[in-house]
Amino acid sequence: MMNLPQPKRLWDWLLERLELGPILYFAQNKEVPVHQYSFWYYMGGIILVLLIGQVLSGMLLMVYYIPEIRSAHASILALNSQIDFGWFVRSLHSWGANLMVLFLFAHLFSTYFMKAYRPPRELTWLSGMLLLGLGFGFGFTGYLLPWDSTSFFATKIGLDITAKVPLIGEPMAYILRGGADISQNTISRFFTIHVMLLPLLLLPVLGLHLWIIQAHGMSEPKQGPTAYPSPEEKYEKFFPTFIFKDFMAWVVVLGALAILVALRPWGVGPEADPFAPAPIGIKPEWYFLSMFQFLKLLPPKIGPLEGELVGILFFGLLGLILALIPFFDTGASESRSKAATGFGIFLLAGLIIFTIWGLFS
Amino acid sequence: MNAPSMTSEQPERKSVSRRGFLAGLVALFGFLWSLMAVYPIFRYLYPPKSMQAQSNVSSVTVADAKDIPVGTGRNFQFGSIPAILLHTQDGQFHAFNAICTHLGCTVQFRPDMQRIWCACHGGQYDPETGKNVAGPPPRPLAPLKAEVVNGKVVVSRVAS
Repeated sequence: MMNLPQPKRLWDWLLERLELGPILYFAQNKEVPVHQYSFWYYMGGIILVLLIGQVLSGMLLMVYYIPEIRSAHASILALNSQIDFGWFVRSLHSWGANLMVLFLFAHLFSTYFMKAYRPPRELTWLSGMLLLGLGFGFGFTGYLLPWDSTSFFATKIGLDITAKVPLIGEPMAYILRGGADISQNTISRFFTIHVMLLPLLLLPVLGLHLWIIQAHGMSEPKQGPTAYPSPEEKYEKFFPTFIFKDFMAWVVVLGALAILVALRPWGVGPEADPFAPAPIGIKPEWYFLSMFQFLKLLPPKIGPLEGELVGILFFGLLGLILALIPFFDTGASESRSKAATGFGIFLLAGLIIFTIWGLFS
Repeated sequence: MNAPSMTSEQPERKSVSRRGFLAGLVALFGFLWSLMAVYPIFRYLYPPKSMQAQSNVSSVTVADAKDIPVGTGRNFQFGSIPAILLHTQDGQFHAFNAICTHLGCTVQFRPDMQRIWCACHGGQYDPETGKNVAGPPPRPLAPLKAEVVNGKVVVSRVAS
């Protein structure tokens, strides 16, 4: 008889070989705080499950999608109308992406107002900002791939805005576009970035983000305006209590996704024609709408600078303040805490007001 | 390294330690290596000019003049550039590069406004001169030359 591991002992055998003891110990003892804002702890997990959905549906789309200028649009049409469940997989991907952006915003602002970015969680915050940037990168590059008239002009505008960034903008836009005009080169590049470069960048940053969250445990809102009356600290086990609540949140979100996909399958516009005028009523996706509406209001020239450039610099400044907030509001000063909350309200209100304005104008 | 003679020697000579020197050397070579790797990648991603669809056309016959009534316009392709032709109220034909000077969308003629208009951000241009008259565009549209030859509208580059 060979000395093979017995099925009964296989688990122990693996445990020993893989040195899983400390990880199991950690998992068994992991706890999540319970309080009136615990609801917001589900946002990250929801984003994670949507991300897994994006990877799976994206992989399925790659089976039929053709990143070639004369075939791209036709391959999407085939997905939508000929391939069994093609419309379903594509709608899952498009709607899933939109839901993910929505929950990214919810995650961003909930952690912001609970002041979860404070020391020692500065790197959790910064890696989260980086993940948000990668998310927008996925959105922007994926949007061009169906090669319809809206996606063509959205990309044109996005790259022209990139080109306005001082010094590096022009060469960056040229490299991304693969030339002076949007062409086959642009499709090839965006496809490569969307399915290869960004996923490769996402993995380590996401790994880091999740690792530091495990290392520090969940942040609890205790100070400043978000304080809550808590007679005693309450905690619940992550396994199995919290993870089952997580599952329930996922079921709800995936259910909502299924409803959207079934009732509003994602369409495709007419094929992009680089020589046709921009379609009347063209608007960006809702998550870019607030910026679009704001830029529309700017005059052509502000002082010696182009209005557009001023707008881009302004958005850049807001993003920078948001990213660096952990180093400003460390929890040591009440006035700084209030200033940070004020900035968050200003940002969120601006986002909501300009988005609604953009929707109705 | 930890021998007393060496530590007492160092402050006198004010020299870099062996360890520091090697660490610096590794960092320097690491930097040079990464430059060596990045430069070809950067050049590789910069597509050659020869690959670009160059518009070598000098003139394009767009349509019969009678097919474009006064007060209308038409988008057309001028080599690799989107362009626009207008038949304005003064009876003249005008042509421009149709790329909006704001963020590069392709403009169109709006008969209801009698203006060249961009659907993306609402920029407006005068159809006779191409001058930016409303909205965000910072500059006028680049002009092309439009003339009627044997009843056909021929658009050509402006001699510059």
